[in-house]
Amino acid sequence: MDFFPHRHLLGIKDLNPQDIAFLLDKADQAVNISRQREKKTATLRGLTQINLFFEASTRTQASFELAGKRLGADVMNMSVANSSVKKGETLIDTAMTLNAMHPDVLVIRHSSAGAAALLSQKVSCAVVNAGDGQHEHPTQALLDALTIRRAKGKLARIIVAICGDVLHSRVARSNILLLNAMGARVRVVAPSTLLPTGIAQMGVEVFHNMEEGLKDADVVMMLRLQRERMAGGFVPSVREYFKFYGLDSEKLKAAREDALVMHPGPMNRGVEIASDIADGPQSVIGDQVEMGVAVRMAVMEALLLSQNGGERS
Amino acid sequence: MTITVLTNLRIIDPSCSMDEAGAIIIEDGVISACGADAAKGPFPEGATVINGKGRLAMPGLVDARVFIGEPGAEHRETISSAARAAAAGGVTSIITMPDTDPVIDDIALVDFVKRTARDKAQVNVYPAGALTKGLKGKEMTEIGLMKQAGIVMVTNGREPIADSQVLRRAMTYARELGAVVALEPRETYLAPEGVMNEGLLASWLGLPGIPREAEIIPLERDLRIAALTGAHYHAAKISLPESVETIAAARKRGTKVTSAISINHLSLNENDIGEYRTFLKLSPPLRTEDDRLAMVQALADGEIDIIVSSHDPQNVDTKRLPFSDAEDGAIGLETLFSAALRLYHSGQVPLERLIDAMSTRPASIFGLPAGTLQPGAAADIAIADIDMPWVVSLEKLASRSKNTPFEDARFSGRIVETWRAGQKVYSI
Repeated sequence: MDFFPHRHLLGIKDLNPQDIAFLLDKADQAVNISRQREKKTATLRGLTQINLFFEASTRTQASFELAGKRLGADVMNMSVANSSVKKGETLIDTAMTLNAMHPDVLVIRHSSAGAAALLSQKVSCAVVNAGDGQHEHPTQALLDALTIRRAKGKLARIIVAICGDVLHSRVARSNILLLNAMGARVRVVAPSTLLPTGIAQMGVEVFHNMEEGLKDADVVMMLRLQRERMAGGFVPSVREYFKFYGLDSEKLKAAREDALVMHPGPMNRGVEIASDIADGPQSVIGDQVEMGVAVRMAVMEALLLSQNGGERS
Repeated sequence: MTITVLTNLRIIDPSCSMDEAGAIIIEDGVISACGADAAKGPFPEGATVINGKGRLAMPGLVDARVFIGEPGAEHRETISSAARAAAAGGVTSIITMPDTDPVIDDIALVDFVKRTARDKAQVNVYPAGALTKGLKGKEMTEIGLMKQAGIVMVTNGREPIADSQVLRRAMTYARELGAVVALEPRETYLAPEGVMNEGLLASWLGLPGIPREAEIIPLERDLRIAALTGAHYHAAKISLPESVETIAAARKRGTKVTSAISINHLSLNENDIGEYRTFLKLSPPLRTEDDRLAMVQALADGEIDIIVSSHDPQNVDTKRLPFSDAEDGAIGLETLFSAALRLYHSGQVPLERLIDAMSTRPASIFGLPAGTLQPGAAADIAIADIDMPWVVSLEKLASRSKNTPFEDARFSGRIVETWRAGQKVYSI
């Protein structure tokens, strides 16, 4: 396959294993571009990328911005405050306004599931989902996969334990879809209050105990626990959560010795992960950030080239 | 005297278990004869005779749950546009919900609806009154005065009543007046953010789910309070087989209870939501296919009394939003009969039972002069071609809002003529 048969990247759900491998291969090449002294290419020269962030996110927005710039696109950032205006009106109205400016790709983050899909129906350019509510965050799953593949050489048959707030996590959903598509074995480890209904039918093994869930794992993927969800709502307290589900050196021993420790950031040190683990030798959290730029370059190049090269479906 | 004779019809009238070929004779808007005997003639002198071409004639449909936008949101639906939509769907009587702005919780507002309907509506409009002031679930309204002004039921519309004591007192009071209390059982504390049926599908879509218990628990409570007070409780919209069981058990204990299901819950399931189609965001949420099938069976068995459209006009301002932010509700007056016919064509529900559930039963539950073609009744008649194929197109809908879950749906059978009090108010 030499092109990407999709107009938008709304979720991992829409991708088959070939699509995913295509993006990862492309991202592998993009890593090299970012490591050169001269980091700017002309791949997307003359094209316009707009980052439309309804939810504040310094890291993801910076990553998309750099990716676009390194491909030579003109990048504009729109951070839309989510407070005063009614959310949905802002979404469609802003989208129509931006669409009239003829962007080539819109990168959107929004607090509502399905927002990226809704936007894609209203605009005439490619749309990249940078996180929609608790639904999907496809580029995060791709960058996680790239990080794992580069470290382990493969994705098939490796054991990945996703730990923490799966219920509210779009990162978890996208990762479950992607890792399953690529033949990895996926576990989730969390208290039941932080797992979605039907989790056992989502293609994962479910654990409520870190030692059991991490046993022989090749990858330990920690999820962020939002502060507002800690006190009494979903778990009784930070200290109880850390005691049972926070990743510390003791619990990490259950995993394989060469297990990777991952976190999508931003981390709550001392809540879901101990500081020494986050900074320790098994941590690839810094690599994830690097792979993020590469994956986003690959995605935008793939989408915009497939637009020019014609669509298959 | 104006005399009209509709001949060559298949007449189904559940009020007297009639299903026969015949004619309907209308004298000054009132039916004077109906059935095979009426077709024998000779017809009265000066009668206008209309050949029905073998089509189905039934009592005009009665829709017991219709939300409108007047007063307050006329851009979504007026009483007049809702009536046009009703006529196009063979519905000759609608009960309008008090969820307007202002809320219909006062005799002046009941009077407003009645007068507007008298002047502008081509079907019979019966207002429902709010059970609590402003639908806030705190203080009961002037049920007695509103009843005198013409309400046919009391309901809290879309809003649940959390305070059981308020509910108990209002129901006690309503019992004395013989008013039916219609409530949508919905418990909000269990899923304050819920927007669709809880389950695997909601989990994948990343949408907060509404557990089944959010319908079952308040229904159980309501039925206990109905038993305590002796009031007639009408479960205005149920969606689960557990609710049917709960109601059957209460009925067995002697509680006065009736129930309704929306046509949407008989026709669609949660999978129809697809990629966040907000027109299918409903309350209660669409359930699983197993649930739908069980509910169709319960309807066929008569365990569920009636079908409502739960017509709820919403505009782009409330629907063209991300799923979680969009309002609940779908329009349904114009597609009610055609969607129900699917259950007949699939062999799941007999035609007579469907007509009973959409006309005769609701008329009898709410005491409306409708649901029958017997001599002396107003000539409210729906005439349908039960096999005519058609496709729902948004532009052709009479409703001011176009939020139908049946956009582009293919139906077999539709209403071709609607008569109200002997006047033709719709023809295809």
